[in-house]
Amino acid sequence: MTDTVSTTPVLEFRNVNTHYGPVQILNGVNITIAEGEMVCLLGGNASGKTTTLKTILGMVTPTSGEVLLDGEVISGMSTTHIVERGVSMVPENRRLFARMTVLENLEIGAYLRSDDLTEDLERIFELFPRVKERLAQKAGTLSGGEQQMVAVGRAMMSRPKVLLMDEPSMGLAPVLVAQNFDIIERINKAGTTVFMVEQNANMALSIADRGYVLQTGEIVLADTAENLLANPQMRAAYLGHTE
Amino acid sequence: MAAPLLIRREDETSVVSKTVSKSRAGKFRDGWVDGFLWFIRIAAILVVGFGIFRSVVMTLNGEGTSIDAWENLIVSGVAQGAMYGMLALGYSMVYGVLGFINFAHGEVFMGGAMVSFFVAQALFDNGVWESNFALSLFIILIVAVLTSTLIAVIVERVAYRPLRDAPRIIPLITSIGISFFLQYTFAGLFGEGVKTYPTPPDYLRNKVNVLGFLPIEGTKILVMVVALISMIGLYFYVQKTRAGRAMRAVAEDKEIAALMGINVDRTIVSTFAVGGAMAGVAGILWALLFRSISFITGFLPGIKAFTAAVLGGIGNLAGAMVGGIVLGLFENVGTIVVLGGLGIPGAGTLKDVISFSALVLVLVFRPRGLFGERLSHEDRP
Ligand SMILES: Nc1ncnc2c1ncn2[C@@H]1O[C@H](COP(=O)(O)OP(=O)(O)O)[C@@H](O)[C@H]1O
Ligand SMILES: [Mg+2]
Repeated sequence: MTDTVSTTPVLEFRNVNTHYGPVQILNGVNITIAEGEMVCLLGGNASGKTTTLKTILGMVTPTSGEVLLDGEVISGMSTTHIVERGVSMVPENRRLFARMTVLENLEIGAYLRSDDLTEDLERIFELFPRVKERLAQKAGTLSGGEQQMVAVGRAMMSRPKVLLMDEPSMGLAPVLVAQNFDIIERINKAGTTVFMVEQNANMALSIADRGYVLQTGEIVLADTAENLLANPQMRAAYLGHTE
Repeated sequence: MAAPLLIRREDETSVVSKTVSKSRAGKFRDGWVDGFLWFIRIAAILVVGFGIFRSVVMTLNGEGTSIDAWENLIVSGVAQGAMYGMLALGYSMVYGVLGFINFAHGEVFMGGAMVSFFVAQALFDNGVWESNFALSLFIILIVAVLTSTLIAVIVERVAYRPLRDAPRIIPLITSIGISFFLQYTFAGLFGEGVKTYPTPPDYLRNKVNVLGFLPIEGTKILVMVVALISMIGLYFYVQKTRAGRAMRAVAEDKEIAALMGINVDRTIVSTFAVGGAMAGVAGILWALLFRSISFITGFLPGIKAFTAAVLGGIGNLAGAMVGGIVLGLFENVGTIVVLGGLGIPGAGTLKDVISFSALVLVLVFRPRGLFGERLSHEDRP
């Protein structure tokens, strides 16, 4: 953070409220993420974590407040436009196109691009050698761990500036979770900003720079990962439960 | 086995039937239904088996259906089935992408064939029909495709898009309304009388010896060739193009498709457009096979094509085509073979009975259709 340009956050929530019908889900949420950071959003079930990610992608429109990408308001834009501007997501439960092949899943991740994909595919094969062996297989027949790899690969195919991840550890065996977090760390080190939603707070905080804690739609804690790990309130509410 | 037949598993109905089957009364009912279905299955095998056996024996003895007649029936069955298949594609595609049966699709088909009729008539009056039939055919094909595509796209925009988030029974019922609306609009615009396309030139009405031994009427060859080309084109479109991939993605999971940057609305419109175009082609195939057209013409072929789509496994495009051909054969060959073999007189007039019995039977044996695999596994509200 030496030059002045990077002081514009890559992603910012300004006092965002969202509703599903009459029900308020997000309540005055403020989040700031700098370029190259890895930030996690922690919180229990139904606290509004997925809604937060959907709000970034324009799948949910805030009733008030703004979401900014590179200092530009993106709330109100269509998902297509937001994806075009460099946001992509690994959704909760991966949600691959089960009836398409692994290769088709990767290629559709690059739907908005028209240039050559060879380099990107090579990069994904480097991260996940397993994926290369499965290219012709239908995605629905992959194991959970393999599906996670393809889902991350698919999200990377659009060359995102910001990668959103919704509970990447959900439903995976502990060994796979560790591997998965390794990969996320590598992707982040290579320059992609990562915003990750997790219930596995220990794991997430062990690789993240900073964290936010969401409780029934409100940010109740925001701090560096180290401080959050040491925070007694945090330990009682989240860290103990997740082990 | 008591799963709902035409509706996908995650549907409201199936949720209801699941809860019902959990109760004791439900279990009793399920047992009763299963037993009844087995009874129908066995009875069907016996009746159909006996009918086929008798008619084969009769042919071999030189009595009943002659070999020539068999050939004719099979060829007619395939040609007519190819037409049903083209129409079935539209039902299957819309079902795959939106999860409801668009009952107005038969009218989309009729609309194309009807507007083309007037163009054909004009071409005939100018002598072009006689002097250059290939050109005339090309022109009416384009007109039918454009008309049907336009109707399909407008119907989607006006009637179905506002209902995108409604339970699927609502667009389904709307589609029945649209169906009547289109029928009577065409009746009002062009009159209720039956219109007859000008006759195709002689060389198409004569039989051509395909491969040197199989005599087939020229029009039927034309029908099969046009259907084959359209089918290959559609396959290429769906499997290999960017737009086709978007269509498959939207069919599987709209939310994730949007996340990939796919414009879901536009993809749905193009699905209706492609389905409409195929219906337009089917309209011309109808004109070649039967020549007559009226505002009501869309109804029965529409229902039959829907039957074909269900036969093939709704949502499965190759299945729709195969389902069409199977239905065409059922209707033409099955009628004579089974009913003739059973000694039922006037079998030809029972065509429609046969085609819908075929639907019921296939569903009794294979509730998901011949290639029953769901195109979508997405949960819908
Ligand atoms: N499409 C929707 N319509 C109505 N309510 C919803 C919808 N999606 C989520 N909710 C509700 O919003 C709240 C937050 O959901 P979500 O953001 O998915 O939570 P989390 O991801 O933290 O588990 C929940 O109470 C959930 O029931
Ligand atoms: Mg969630």
